[in-house]
Amino acid sequence: MSEQAPRLRLAGISKHFGPVQANNDISLEVAAGEIHCLLGENGAGKSTLMNILYGLVRPDAGGIFLDGRSVAIHSPHQAIELGIGMVHQHFMLVPTLTVAENVILATRPLLSLRRLRESVMWDRRAIERQVGDVVQRYGLKIDPRARVASLSVGEQQRVEIVKALYRGVNLLILDEPTAVLTPQETTDLFKTLRSFAASGLSIILITHKLHEVMAISDRVTVLRDGRVVGRRATRETDMHELAGLMVGRDVHLTVEKTRARPGAPALVIDRLTVVGDDDRRLLDNLSLQVAAGEILGVAGVDGNGQRELALAITGVLRPTSGDIVANEQSLIGRTPRQIADAGVRHIPEDRQQMGLILEFPVADNFVLKTFDRAPYTVRGLLQPSAITAYAQTLIERFDVRTPSPALPVANLSGGNQQKVVLGRELDSQPRVLVAAQPTRGLDVGATEYVHKALLAQRDAGGAILLISTELEEVLALSDRIVVLYEGRIVGEVSGDRANAQQIGLMMAGVQIAAQAAEHGAGVHQ
Amino acid sequence: MEWMIGLQALLQATVRMAAPLTFTAVGETYGERAGVINIGLEGLMLIGAVAAYAVAFASGSIWLGVLAAGLAAMVFGMLFGVVTITLGANQIVAGAALNLVGLGLSSFIYRAFFGTVTGRAIQPLESVKIPLLSQIPVLGPVLFEQNMLVYLALLLAPAAALVLNRTMLGLAIRSVGEHPKATATAGLSVIGLRYGAVAFGALLAGVGGAYLSVAYANQFVENMVAGRGFIALAIVVFGRWSPMGALWASLLFGFTFALQLRLQAANVQIAYQFLQILPYVATIVAMILLRGQSAQPKALGAPYTERA
Amino acid sequence: MEIERTVPMTTATLSRQTGAALWRNVALPILAILAALLVGALMLALSGFNVAAAYSALWGGVFGNARNLGEAMLRATPLILIGSGIAIAFRCGIWNIGAEGQFYMGAAAGAWIGLTAGDLPVWLSIPTALLAGALLGGLWAEIAGWLKVRLGLNEVVTTIMLNYIAIGIVGYLVTGPMQEASRYNPQTDEIAAGMVLPRLFVGMRVHAGFVLALVLPVLAAILLFRTPLGFALRAVGFNPEAARHAGINVNRQYVLAISLSGAAAGIAGAVEVLGVIGRLYENISPGYGFTGIAVSLLAANHPVGTIFSGLLFGALTTGAELMQLTAKIPSAMTFILQGLIIAFLVSFRAMQGRVWRRG
Repeated sequence: MSEQAPRLRLAGISKHFGPVQANNDISLEVAAGEIHCLLGENGAGKSTLMNILYGLVRPDAGGIFLDGRSVAIHSPHQAIELGIGMVHQHFMLVPTLTVAENVILATRPLLSLRRLRESVMWDRRAIERQVGDVVQRYGLKIDPRARVASLSVGEQQRVEIVKALYRGVNLLILDEPTAVLTPQETTDLFKTLRSFAASGLSIILITHKLHEVMAISDRVTVLRDGRVVGRRATRETDMHELAGLMVGRDVHLTVEKTRARPGAPALVIDRLTVVGDDDRRLLDNLSLQVAAGEILGVAGVDGNGQRELALAITGVLRPTSGDIVANEQSLIGRTPRQIADAGVRHIPEDRQQMGLILEFPVADNFVLKTFDRAPYTVRGLLQPSAITAYAQTLIERFDVRTPSPALPVANLSGGNQQKVVLGRELDSQPRVLVAAQPTRGLDVGATEYVHKALLAQRDAGGAILLISTELEEVLALSDRIVVLYEGRIVGEVSGDRANAQQIGLMMAGVQIAAQAAEHGAGVHQ
Repeated sequence: MEWMIGLQALLQATVRMAAPLTFTAVGETYGERAGVINIGLEGLMLIGAVAAYAVAFASGSIWLGVLAAGLAAMVFGMLFGVVTITLGANQIVAGAALNLVGLGLSSFIYRAFFGTVTGRAIQPLESVKIPLLSQIPVLGPVLFEQNMLVYLALLLAPAAALVLNRTMLGLAIRSVGEHPKATATAGLSVIGLRYGAVAFGALLAGVGGAYLSVAYANQFVENMVAGRGFIALAIVVFGRWSPMGALWASLLFGFTFALQLRLQAANVQIAYQFLQILPYVATIVAMILLRGQSAQPKALGAPYTERA
Repeated sequence: MEIERTVPMTTATLSRQTGAALWRNVALPILAILAALLVGALMLALSGFNVAAAYSALWGGVFGNARNLGEAMLRATPLILIGSGIAIAFRCGIWNIGAEGQFYMGAAAGAWIGLTAGDLPVWLSIPTALLAGALLGGLWAEIAGWLKVRLGLNEVVTTIMLNYIAIGIVGYLVTGPMQEASRYNPQTDEIAAGMVLPRLFVGMRVHAGFVLALVLPVLAAILLFRTPLGFALRAVGFNPEAARHAGINVNRQYVLAISLSGAAAGIAGAVEVLGVIGRLYENISPGYGFTGIAVSLLAANHPVGTIFSGLLFGALTTGAELMQLTAKIPSAMTFILQGLIIAFLVSFRAMQGRVWRRG
């Protein structure tokens, strides 16, 4: 093999956003036909780097070389012209359009007299055939005429890939592609990627999942705090070394945890069913119990009913049938306020959309569920001093970093914002806590804090329902684990005896028959 | 036989009344499909009305007036675009400002240059009989004995529908109103598409206003648009954001306007105000009956910011 | 996977916050007014008018003499009342474009009481008239609120349609059931003399309604910022989903907000009838409902601020009429200036938002 310039070479890429240095002197190389993983935690700089490569962001310094040639990429349009394609984590698909329409979007001139025929799509069928050819050639199995909104998540991702292939890429970037896939779909995806690589396509995979790096990549570059901290050939390293590089210190892959001492059932869910708009059963006869002093982890791929479960318990969503009982009272039909007062609290999966009013001061966010009663309201008027005093105590107890309780909570970092939510929800020592994706988007320090707080709550006798798509988190914290798949519980294991592979199978719908029967799920496979 | 003639006259008036609504609503459909809601249509129509009148009066050419109306409205539409697209300001508020400016400017220009004497009529736009087709009983004169602007309006809707659904440009517009980020990552300019759609919408609103002054009333009266710009907003909604839907809905409203006038002229024993408010009540009723906004563009009204 | 952008937590952040707020609520409106006046001057010049004469007339209308100030206060009265109501609605995130119609309905209610309750003692009849105005205006607005929360109808379109319907209703009333005894003009008889609101100063038309225009915004501000209801309203305006999670009944807040807003506009209508017009007829409002929107926006949707922006617009209207009298400039100029002020204001605010966010 002759000395060939690599398909891609990044040299000294740097980029800052305000005071934050997102990328700091990053260099890496990817050869033709290579699958290269870009590994790092949330906030390590992976997305910024790829956005630079795709022309969405301009670097402050550094060069990009494709097949030895120096290029400047100022827009996605240019990136596409240069043969770079990107499959985004949050799909860039228009749901109301068909697959074919999404694929051909912007591939022909919009307004051109010379190329009028191409601008007009008179022959829909010819276009659909064209797209169908590409789909066939790469074995991706989707119907070009289908509306994207009607496709499954895995299928939609394949449409994203077809978009890139249709334009003729030689470098394909995938951003956290498996975040929304079942293990089976992930296997299919990896098979597809390997065949692409075999035909000469270069692939960059952005991920924070160690086992995927080991499974699919040829080489891996590890980013931390915007810098490259390690480059390895995959077969010459292992998960432990990569984890250490990723985090920067010796990682305890499990967290310090005392034995659980579960008491009486504090939360009982009985045959809960939620039917959605299109008659889809989002929750299907789901039953589970959480005892006081216990953390029950609900594992599963995002989109299998987690959101509905949390919203039904906290009263925002009205279930179609079934019962939810907490502390011997039924929660069905109660308002969110009544449920919160009954001692059932909620850490929502999206703190900025559901948990906080960003424009309100920190103090007001603390009293978001209690503002209309004493001592925060007396004789019909709000009492700012009482609210501020309360806020101060919570700020201290929960270590919220803010110069003042009057500051709009939008100014706080993600971790501190989550602490505000935690403070508000935990201060009343709730008997039941529903924690949904509690560490999403948080850095390591904040994540540790949240985990400690949850364990403390458990040790004090609280019942915690932990809903998380991060399997490591579920494994680390839970005393018992159930798996949610298509709205049903498909298996249960005890925390000590759980292993990721077994749970992964259940996440994909493979049932452990015995336990499943207890949870009311039908026969499935 | 007499009632047939009455019906025919009513339908003919319906189509006439529908024309300005069609122009404006089709234009706004494009804008909203691209994700920008412009409640300043009333102001734009007024600007179009006064511009058309002034230029037609001065030059003697109605078509020059119509052209001027479209261009003038387009200029203000672009300014609206700067405020809402480039600067990302709230579209409702900017639209309200546009209405005020349009109202004030149209009255100002008329009074400043034509004095306070109202009713300086201009030569009306002649109706053009299409040979053969206009002989069709009943519907013939309704559809084929109208003035050129009406024909333009009737042809505009299907043409606009064709472009929107069967061309790459139309595809781009449809996608930028649903998912601007996806459109940007596909390599298109969200800003460019939105400016284009807003400008097109403003142009048509100007033409719609021009129709009122040079083809309908043959004069300019302050505030003569009388809420049609707002009705156009409602038309877009239950035309389900499609140009052909806008046409049908415009005809429906044209009908209520025409009916109201006819009933007044026939001295029907209802207080004339109730006839006057008929179109507005019809709007609300229609909105109630046809609710279900599943066709609303997802990104409508949200300013687009480019974030890494 | 968002990049966490951590802003350094120092007191510098705090002072930047207050600086930004001051800029936003005081400096920018002033800049917007100046910019609007500049563009207005350009327009006048291009149209061949004497800009100096025009603007000195405008100035005179605003600051000229006590009588003009009184006129400004008179014009400002309905604007302030409407504006403070709109501030409540906008803060809750519901777009009440129907203040015009609510004003008319309130005026009709006030006129009706004014015509029929003349025998009652003043301390009873006047408040009753004002209350009736508030009630009817509030109910008129509530229709649109109900249509929004129950049927999902866009309130921008429905409130606008209700405007025209209200105007039509008033037109019907003054040519039908409520028409004057002589049946000559499309207007009602004069209201009972005892119910006319007293003038505040000798020789000027400004009346006791202006006092209400000073009091109501304060009450509205207390409601918004010092009561749990206001807390809930503002929460919904910022983030309805989080408010729902916190147990706030979002739909109820929407209806409440628009009803309160309508009630304020209704009081304005009743006040106008009792204080200035003395009867009901068509076209009693030269667009107060829309100017009220401008008043609220200029005041950053803060009720107390509407006192100042209302006075400003009232002065503008007076000045514009003076401009028309002395410099022959069409008084429609005031609409242009209003629109320009809003346009510049939102533009400047949007620009500030972008700069501040990037920094």
